[in-house]
Amino acid sequence: MAVSGGIGAPEVSGMIKILFFASLREQLGTAEYKLENYSGSVSELRTYLGEQFPDWQAPLQAADLQAAVNREMALASTRIADGDEVAFFPPVTGG
Amino acid sequence: MDFIEVRKGAFSVAEEFAALRRENRGDGACVMFVGSVRDFNAGAAVRGLKLEHYPGMTEKSLQDITADARAHWPLGRVRLLHRVGPLALQDDIVFVGVTSPHRQAAFAACQYIMDRLKTEAPFWKQESSETGDRWVAAREIDKREMEKWG
Repeated sequence: MAVSGGIGAPEVSGMIKILFFASLREQLGTAEYKLENYSGSVSELRTYLGEQFPDWQAPLQAADLQAAVNREMALASTRIADGDEVAFFPPVTGG
Repeated sequence: MDFIEVRKGAFSVAEEFAALRRENRGDGACVMFVGSVRDFNAGAAVRGLKLEHYPGMTEKSLQDITADARAHWPLGRVRLLHRVGPLALQDDIVFVGVTSPHRQAAFAACQYIMDRLKTEAPFWKQESSETGDRWVAAREIDKREMEKWG
């Protein structure tokens, strides 16, 4: 795990990178997933991934799940474009 | 002048205090907060915990929170450090130190930074206890504490 400085810039062209953190990462069994030629909103992406992977459906529909697009907190309606980095995670518990 | 760091290793409160005060003649007030690993949470004895973060977004979130604190209060220096990785009981997790010409601004800004960090900075705690590992659930009270800032 990188500590400071962070991971590289979001992926470019034709692909979105999706990251999962904490309990969600464990439930899905993966930290990262790449998707080609996707267009839609954050909530549509949650639905789409649940359709692709039935085991992911329940964890991705959790009511308190949060999303970020390009490292900014996102809304269900936030649009996702090629090259974006999308992240899903449970409510934060730092401090 | 802000210093923001997500790190694996321990930090020294004495060194942080020194960095806040060194050649800082204009600020008469310094308020510091340290959060550490406690031994009991939600009905179970805790042995230690692991902290996960979102590299890149976490640092950005801490920078945004600090910038907003500066917009609210006249602050001199801000130092914000948060550890990630495995932590033992009583280990320090987070340090927030702020200086200001006057104490009111320093007290308020320190609390504001912590309240926002608790509700929006992407960190997640996993506790290990006698009954196994479990992800810590977010607390409603932290959200209410944040809402009081309006």
